[in-house]
Order: sequence, then C-alpha cells, then structure tokens
Amino acid sequence: MAITNIKNLKEFSTANERFEGAHLLCPGCAHSMIVRELMNATDDNLVIASNTGCLEVSTAVYPYTSWDTSWIHIGFENAATAATGAEAMFKARKRKGTLPNPDAPVKFVAFGGDGSTFDIGFQWLSGAMERGHDFTYICLDNENYANTGGQRSSATPVGAHTSTAQAGSVSYGKKQKKKDIVAIMAAHGAPYVAQLAPNKWKSMAKGFQKALETEGPCFINTVSACTTEWKFDPKDTIHITDLATDSLMFPIYEIINGTELNILYRPKNIIPVEEYLAAQGRYKHLFKPQYRHVIDEIQKDIDAKWEYLQRREEAKV
Amino acid sequence: MAKKFELNEVEVWDGNYAASQALRQAQVDVVAAYPITPSTPIVENYGAYQANGFVDGEFVMVESEHGAMSGCVGAAAAGGRVATATSSQGFALMTEVLYQASGMRMPIVLTVVNRALASPLNVRGDHSDMYLGRDSGWIQLDAFNSQEAYDLTLCAFKIAEHLDVRLPTMVHQDGFTTSHKAQNVRPLQDEVAYKFVGDYKPVDDMLDFTRPVTHGAQTEEDWHFEHKAKQHKALMDSPKVIDEVFKEFKELTGREYKRVESYMMDDAEVAMVILGSSVETAVLAAKELREKEGIKVGIIAPRNFRPFPFDLIRDELDRENLKAVVCMDKSAPGGAMGALFNEVAGALTSTKARPMVTNYIYGLGGRDFSIEEAQRIMKEQKAHADAGHITTQIQQFSGVRGPKLGFYETRRGK
Repeated sequence: MAITNIKNLKEFSTANERFEGAHLLCPGCAHSMIVRELMNATDDNLVIASNTGCLEVSTAVYPYTSWDTSWIHIGFENAATAATGAEAMFKARKRKGTLPNPDAPVKFVAFGGDGSTFDIGFQWLSGAMERGHDFTYICLDNENYANTGGQRSSATPVGAHTSTAQAGSVSYGKKQKKKDIVAIMAAHGAPYVAQLAPNKWKSMAKGFQKALETEGPCFINTVSACTTEWKFDPKDTIHITDLATDSLMFPIYEIINGTELNILYRPKNIIPVEEYLAAQGRYKHLFKPQYRHVIDEIQKDIDAKWEYLQRREEAKV
Repeated sequence: MAKKFELNEVEVWDGNYAASQALRQAQVDVVAAYPITPSTPIVENYGAYQANGFVDGEFVMVESEHGAMSGCVGAAAAGGRVATATSSQGFALMTEVLYQASGMRMPIVLTVVNRALASPLNVRGDHSDMYLGRDSGWIQLDAFNSQEAYDLTLCAFKIAEHLDVRLPTMVHQDGFTTSHKAQNVRPLQDEVAYKFVGDYKPVDDMLDFTRPVTHGAQTEEDWHFEHKAKQHKALMDSPKVIDEVFKEFKELTGREYKRVESYMMDDAEVAMVILGSSVETAVLAAKELREKEGIKVGIIAPRNFRPFPFDLIRDELDRENLKAVVCMDKSAPGGAMGALFNEVAGALTSTKARPMVTNYIYGLGGRDFSIEEAQRIMKEQKAHADAGHITTQIQQFSGVRGPKLGFYETRRGK
C-alpha cells in the first residue's frame, strides 16, 4: 500500500517501495527522495519514462534495475514523448479490448533533469503538454548537467559556478537568469503545474497526488539539491533545501488551469539569500568583495518574484 | 470497431495512398507522425481514415519527426502495433531514435518515401535518406512501384513482429516517381489483409502490470557488445522469416517477392544493379537493348537493402558468362564509392567468376533517369566486356552538367 495521507515521517519511512534502495545515485542526492515520494503517492500502477540523466544512469544499469514498475528510457530529450506514446497505446488498447489487465488503474509519469527539461527536451515536453495527454512530467531540478560533471543549463541560477560557466578572476559564474519553467508550463494551459520541494514532504505528496489525479498534462518542478555540484556535505541535503525554500530562492506554489496561483508554503521567517548561498561551494566566489554585488542582485530578484507571486495569488488571475 | 473500407478489385492508387491503406488495414494501434514532403499524404490519408471511423487506433500528431519516432518507441513498449511515415530531413531528424528503436527491439513499421537530403534543400526523390538508415539496425525493404509499396507494407508488419525477428522495418518507395504516381493496384479486402498480418503479439509489455519491465537500460563495455552482436545476429537471421512471409504472401495473392529480384540474368554478359523506381526503367532499357542490339543485359535489384543479401548477390553474379557489372547509386557518396557499389563489390570478392564492377552516381535530387541514359551505361559495360578491362574510370556520374566527373582507374586486365 502506498501512503496517500502521510501523517509522520516514521510512517513515510515504512511505506511500500516500488523504487528499490539499490541504486547508484550519490549519497545525499535528493532525486531518490522525490522519486520515492512520487511512487508512494498512489496505489495505481505506474508507467514511468526517464530522460537520460543522473536518475536514469543510476537506476537501470544492465542487468540490474531499481524500478519495480514499468519503466522506459529512450534518449536525453524524449521521456515526455515516450510516456505519452505509451499513454496513447493504453487508450488504443483499452478501446480495442487488448489490455492484459483491463481494469487496472494506471498513471503515466515522465522524469527529467533540468538539462533535459529546460534545454534539450524542451520541445518534446512542450509538444506533449500541448497534445493534452493524461500524464505527469516531473523535473528533478538540480540546476546543472550533474550527470556529466556539472555544466551549466538554462536552469542554472545567476552567480553559480559550473564547469562551463566558471567563476574566475574576471567572471562571477553564470551571467544569465534561470528560465522560468513553471510559468512556461502554466502558459501551456496545463490543468496543474507546481513547484515543490522534498523538505516540504507533505505539500510535495499532496502536489504529486493532485497531478496524478488531474486528467490531462501536469507539470511539477522539484528542487533537487545536488551534493556533488552544489558542493555541500551529503548529510545536509534537507538543510540546504530548507534554506532554499525559506530564502524563497525556491518558492513553493501551484498554478491551476494556467491562472489560479496558490502559494503552498510561506516561511515564518524569511532568511536572506546570503545564508543559502554561503552554505554551498558553488557560490563561494560571490563572497569576494568584487562579486558581492551579485548577491544583492539575486536578493532583489527573489524579492521581486515573491512580490509577484503574492500579487498573482491575491488577484486570482 | 473500425468501419470496413470497401475496395475494388483494382484501384488506382499512388504509392502514398497504397502505403496508407496498408497501415489502415493492419489496424495499427498507434501512429505517431509528423508530416513531410513527399510522404505527407500518408499521414493525411491516415488522418482522414481516423476522422471517418476507418481506424480505431490512436493517431498522435507530434511536434517533430524525432518526436514521432520517440512516440512510436514508447507506444511499442506498451505492447501494440505501431507505425509511422517520413522522408528526408524528417528521417535525418529521427535517426537518433531509429538506432534506439532497433537496439530496444521495437517492431515498428516505418514507411519511408525516399527524398534527397539538404543542403541544397530539395524535395525530390533520391536515396540519401534510405542510405542514411543503412547502419541503423532496421530491416529495409524496397518497393519499386505503388503495388509493391502496398504489398511490402503489409509484409513488413508480419516480418517485424515475428517473434524470431522483433526488429523495426522500413518500407522504402521513391519520392514522387512512386509516391505521387497513380497506378493500378490490386488491394486485399480488409479482413483478408488483416488476417494475413495477424494479431499483434506483445513482448515485455509495459501495460502488463503483473510483470514489471525495464526498457532501455544502460550497458557499458561489460555488456554493450553482446547486445549489439545479438542484434546483428537477429538481422542476419531475419531472411528466413522474410522468405517465409514472402512465400505466404505469394500463396495469398500470386504476387511473388524475393530478397533479390533479378531479370534476364541467365545469359547476361553485363548486368546493372539498381534500386527503387529506376528498376523498372532499367528493365525496359535492357529488354529493348536485347531486342535491338542483341546486347545481353541483366538487371539485379536488391529488394532487401538491409540485411544486405550478400549471399544472393554473390550467387547471382557468380556466372561465367557475366563479364561486367555496374552499380547505380542514387545518393551522394560523400567521398567514397557509392554504398551499393561497395556492398556488391564486397560480395564479388567471394565469387569464382569475378566480373568487373563499376559505379555510377545518378539521379540526385530527382534528376531524371531515362531509358536512353540507362542504355548508354549498359553499352559502356558491353565495351568493358569486349575490351576485357574497364575502359572508363571506375566511378562516374550520370546526367550531371559541367565537366565530366570520374574517379579511379582499374589495374585489372590492362
């Protein structure tokens, strides 16, 4: 049995596993927490597609698999299309009466990292959302191409050091702002879009359930703290994620039918983003005198975004 | 339940319509497609069948050809019959997924309407896209006219989905010369066609929840080679099934297909090896040349481009009377001899007779290939035969403007 109403973490820890513990993800990687929580959010059968990336290379190395469910990987960019191709086949076989388990409820899910979601798989994702398939796409957003050694993606935030947007004597790291994938997906008119985080596991479970139960294409961006490339101690994954959500670097919210925006988590004490940045090696250069202005700019952007989200929530448009 | 489509004993169909009718009759579960000239009508026709209740599968219009093949792989892993259509740039865009589809052993049927590859942009027919697919691990069947486009598409499902094969299969036809040329086609009635193709047999079905399955796992140096070797073996073993399917098709329709078609080869002194719609031109040219000038020309046309029928080509060419063979490549060779030349020359190395072999590049971007030009090339082969050595350069170009192009001299017989 999956846990559809988690009351406490102890209960959560004993939930039925369809994602096996034996995988090759880094110790402290948030991917497995997010995937496990998704798979525990429903009792229905799951057909899961994964883009190439950390999750895929760590969970399906022949002759092993971590997936005690139907799972497919084709390439870097096309998990959304693989999942929706399978969903189309489900509809066709249901109509024709050729399903092996005709009454079994099933949900179609695609996972991608930010590299495959924001960048190389963007077109495939957009196409699948537009076509209106009944599936949920979950982005495991660790803000870089972590699988290949930490190159910049269009999800990498301003000021972060990556191997292809390096910090150095004349560079403060990435110059460009992070793409607003949540707004873009909401603009597709998707019935349910959200940004969620594994430290807020109750709202995450609820959001996953909502997406799975909503008919049509749903999108969730999840914050997945990356111990290896963000450079923090593996034991601090949830602590770093707390700093991310409490500094509002990652606001937690949902957008229903492209318009109704609900903020799902309001920090009691909003912390300065400096605390979040200081906890990670990828931002350490920002604390040099010549780059401190970048921290101020990041804080300004966060404040403006939070203001925007609150106003939209109030305005209900 | 899809409506029955009433068909006459003889219909007038172009190649595109013929292919789309075959897809309809096979009761494909999912067609995921993106339109591209000259294969667009296949997708449009299928859309019309769906809009009018003649198909009850899903028709998914995706955002690109890469998406089309990706959707096909996802759908095929979910345990049903899958097909799509493409040409040229679309084929090039889906190439990444062609390799993935074959490596994952998804028995997808792809109808390819052959067209040149840019640049320069060109919508006309040549074999650049067909050649691009030759190492992709797919079975490739080649139709020379509309009837064959229909017949071979039906056969393709039966071959691809056979449990001893389980490999994706392409059916090629030439852009415009076949795809847009209306010809008499004798179709099967819906129930007869479907009975021939048969029900789909799911393997490692993602929708069978009693048996979870992982598709598309990763293998590195420890297992990758074994997987690719096994895949190659499946391709090399597939002729047994292809022959069986062709035999069954002949019993049903009287129409006979062979992995290598040959015409007038028994007493041939020179031969032309050629693919696609040009085969019919070559056969007409050869017949006329035999009648008018008494030159004994034979034609060899591989029906199966992959797996390449090495043994049948070898046997067909291993004749004492055969002196000169010309291989006609309708694709820019990109700094090498044409691919068909290389395949045929490879097969020739293991013949006793060892006829001379030369190469023509012709028809690029839809440049017309006439009976007269075919005959000129055939007569040139006769000149090689009479001289006992190749009298021209080994690779030449047919029908291209500008200074005469040719490459490499022979060392044999001079």
